[in-house]
Amino acid sequence: MKGFWHDAAEFFPILMNGVALTIVVTIGSLLLSTVLGLVWAMMRVSGIKALSMLSASLINVIRGIPIIVLLFYLYFVMPDLGVTLSALQAAILGLGIAYSAYQAENFRAGIEAIDKGQVEAAQSIGMGWWLTMRRVVLPQAVRIVLPPYGNVMIMMLKDSSQASTITVAELALQGKLIASSTFKNSSVFTLVALMYLTMSIPLILLVRHFEKRAGKR
Amino acid sequence: MIELNDVHKSFGKVEVLKGISATVEKGEVVCIVGPSGSGKSTILRCINGLESYDRGEISVEGLKVDRDAPSIVNIRTQVSMVFQRFNLFPHRTALENVIEGPLYVKTEPRAQAFERGRALLAQVGLAEKADAHPPQLSGGQQQRVAIARALAMQPKAILFDEPTSALDPELVGDVLGVMRKLADDGMTMVVVTHEMGFARDVADRVLFIDGGVIVEQGPAKALLNQPQHPRTQDFLRRVLHPL
Repeated sequence: MKGFWHDAAEFFPILMNGVALTIVVTIGSLLLSTVLGLVWAMMRVSGIKALSMLSASLINVIRGIPIIVLLFYLYFVMPDLGVTLSALQAAILGLGIAYSAYQAENFRAGIEAIDKGQVEAAQSIGMGWWLTMRRVVLPQAVRIVLPPYGNVMIMMLKDSSQASTITVAELALQGKLIASSTFKNSSVFTLVALMYLTMSIPLILLVRHFEKRAGKR
Repeated sequence: MIELNDVHKSFGKVEVLKGISATVEKGEVVCIVGPSGSGKSTILRCINGLESYDRGEISVEGLKVDRDAPSIVNIRTQVSMVFQRFNLFPHRTALENVIEGPLYVKTEPRAQAFERGRALLAQVGLAEKADAHPPQLSGGQQQRVAIARALAMQPKAILFDEPTSALDPELVGDVLGVMRKLADDGMTMVVVTHEMGFARDVADRVLFIDGGVIVEQGPAKALLNQPQHPRTQDFLRRVLHPL
């Protein structure tokens, strides 16, 4: 145990660099997946057949490809097509796209859970599709969508470690690098695990808060 | 002001409207009565384009109702609707519900919209409930907010789709009272209702609908007191003397 605390004090600052990148990747891909997911979901419920079918197939394609393969594709294949991305860019893009499919399905479920009478009431005062979405449907759907959204946040925090496969030196990769150069596997990975856990605790509390609030309504 | 000419409408294979022709004049109160499933609500929903129709034509002040045309927004701002289940926006206060249309559809100045909104809530007897959210209000109060929301659009006519059917009996009177006042003020109203007392006292004309056609129509008192058609007689007997 004494050895652990000694190692922890030594490795902590290096691992913190990894934490910074983990947070950047998580927030970046969270934002991207939210925006893309919202776009897919809106296309899906637009009532325009071509858009809704396009969105459905996109979601299925994205869901059917493992995140790691998507990352390899963006980082290793795209340069052949003339698009060179930094490892960090590829990681954010890959995770953002991969998770947009789950976000979209979650958003769609929230939108479709809103009573049809709400849409009719909005239409009956002359609101068009977009105004109905913005003022009536989405504000109510948010309450339904937040608890699962919180879960996605936790999953994304953990899955950001997959960025290590394309050389992003986030927390998991930093840990692996230290471990392989010092052979202090148990200290390093215990510390890494604890740091992930620490980062997810605020998110877990946030989810609990969302669920409580959703339950009240 | 509202004209229906040989309107047909089917849901799948079921034809719910089989050629409805009727006119509603400005300032007139027309009640539509009839057994459930007869197509009463569908008529209202076709008039403001919540539902499409297959054949015939509906027009509001000469403008054809076509729910896929941009002009439908124009019609909906002129013909408001009050729903059986209120359909208030639960995430907004009573006042916000009322001014939503004026602010975002008609882009009325904020101060003016708020002032009018408060006045309308006062008109339906709910001035002190401006900041309450719909779930905190009784059914009757919610429906009166919904009427204020419809009025806020300064419509030329209001369609009421069984406005008291979802209410506890003791709350019906408040809502009917507000509607009666509107009628007295000259508002054009089309009301689908089972409240025969209201129809008799307030309506100018009554349409009796059964099986997707207008079976009988005429001045409210005459039709409700001396119905001519056997189906109207039978229906009224069952509504007025259920036991």
